[in-house]
Amino acid sequence: MTATTTGWGVELHGVTQRYGDVVALDDVTLTVRPGTITGLLGRNGSGKSTLASLVAAFRRPTAGRVLVDGEDPWENERVVPGVCFVRESGDVLDDYSLRDNLAYVSGARPAFSHELAGELLDLFELEPRRKPSKLSRGKKSAFGIVLGLASRAPLTILDEVHLGLDAPSRYAFYDALLADYAEHPRTLVLSSHLIGEIERLLEDVVVLDRGRVLVAQDAEGLRAEGLSVTGPADAVERFVAGRDVLASQRLAGTVQTTVRGVLTEGEVRRARDAGLELGPVPLQDLFVHLTDPQRTAGAADASRAADR
Amino acid sequence: MFDGRDPVYLQIADQIRQDVLSGALGAEEQVMSTTQYATTFRINPATAAKAFAQLVDEGVLYKRRGVGMFVAPGARERLLADARESFFADAVDPVADAARLLGIDVEDVVARLRARAAAPTTPEGEAR
Repeated sequence: MTATTTGWGVELHGVTQRYGDVVALDDVTLTVRPGTITGLLGRNGSGKSTLASLVAAFRRPTAGRVLVDGEDPWENERVVPGVCFVRESGDVLDDYSLRDNLAYVSGARPAFSHELAGELLDLFELEPRRKPSKLSRGKKSAFGIVLGLASRAPLTILDEVHLGLDAPSRYAFYDALLADYAEHPRTLVLSSHLIGEIERLLEDVVVLDRGRVLVAQDAEGLRAEGLSVTGPADAVERFVAGRDVLASQRLAGTVQTTVRGVLTEGEVRRARDAGLELGPVPLQDLFVHLTDPQRTAGAADASRAADR
Repeated sequence: MFDGRDPVYLQIADQIRQDVLSGALGAEEQVMSTTQYATTFRINPATAAKAFAQLVDEGVLYKRRGVGMFVAPGARERLLADARESFFADAVDPVADAARLLGIDVEDVVARLRARAAAPTTPEGEAR
């Protein structure tokens, strides 16, 4: 790694965002480590886009403090040019050519790379003379990616930018992102519903659920916390008793249970001796289990009860 | 590749150890950079860096500033010594346990080992 900058970190302290009666973010405290690729995951309406809008200073929170590279980003002349937030909606000049759009963005982004922009236009087969209004959904998404990566902002937030992209284009995007990140380390926040595709790219993971932080930790650690236990029903039941059971499936006499928690070596041996099979749980499955409404409603009730 | 139960960085470290053991990676040979690893296997560069850090700690790799990672002299011999030490516990004991469970006579297992050891090997070292 040759570059000296490592990107900007983000801190949220007790941030709440209300839209009328709707609470989009509820007392969120969170850190995004500088220089990481962090996944921002959550179901629709969980508060991901609101969080990104606050960090990018598109709006101010109802309550709490947002810090980007240690400062409030709101109307901050030093910070704002270094935060690049690409939304699925594009935020481009629809009636100007892609070339003119690039010229406009490059004027606002100190580290903009025309060389990378050119490479990415070629990669996604985007014609610089075309106008965004004439592009298909997938090509529009691709152009958002071009702007987001070529800006080389110390904090880049890509919110669902892969929508409409076909699988080969998405893999081309992941490869381009990794290659440029490795050469020019910075903070990248990726929001996506395609968790299985992006999980290996992530160093850290934040999971939002109905405006609250459900998980915020390193991706490897989170993955290690999920475990599937498969075997004869009674043996599985004995083994998982007292553990945090996320899900359970039964096929005749065999049960497969997903549990959260790290096993000790002794427990692994005990499981093997009991004829149980231990396996990994894909991050996507862990996400589905953790954000299951029935499960989290119960947890929220429990925490509310504990608050009293 | 790299989709087993262990964390990805442990799988990468294992793969490199295997390559050193088999001789596919020789002493003083340069290994792929974290960037090359990240883009080739589509993983976070920090994951690859973690694997390299572990192998440097173990003395399998060493770092030349500004150039990259290289296989340490004597790494293969050290890995061989470690593998020999754990061979009976890791490879032989499970065979004995399985044979007992299946009711296979230990003498049959020994006969098979003798036959296998005497068979001609392919250039990759696999018995035919």
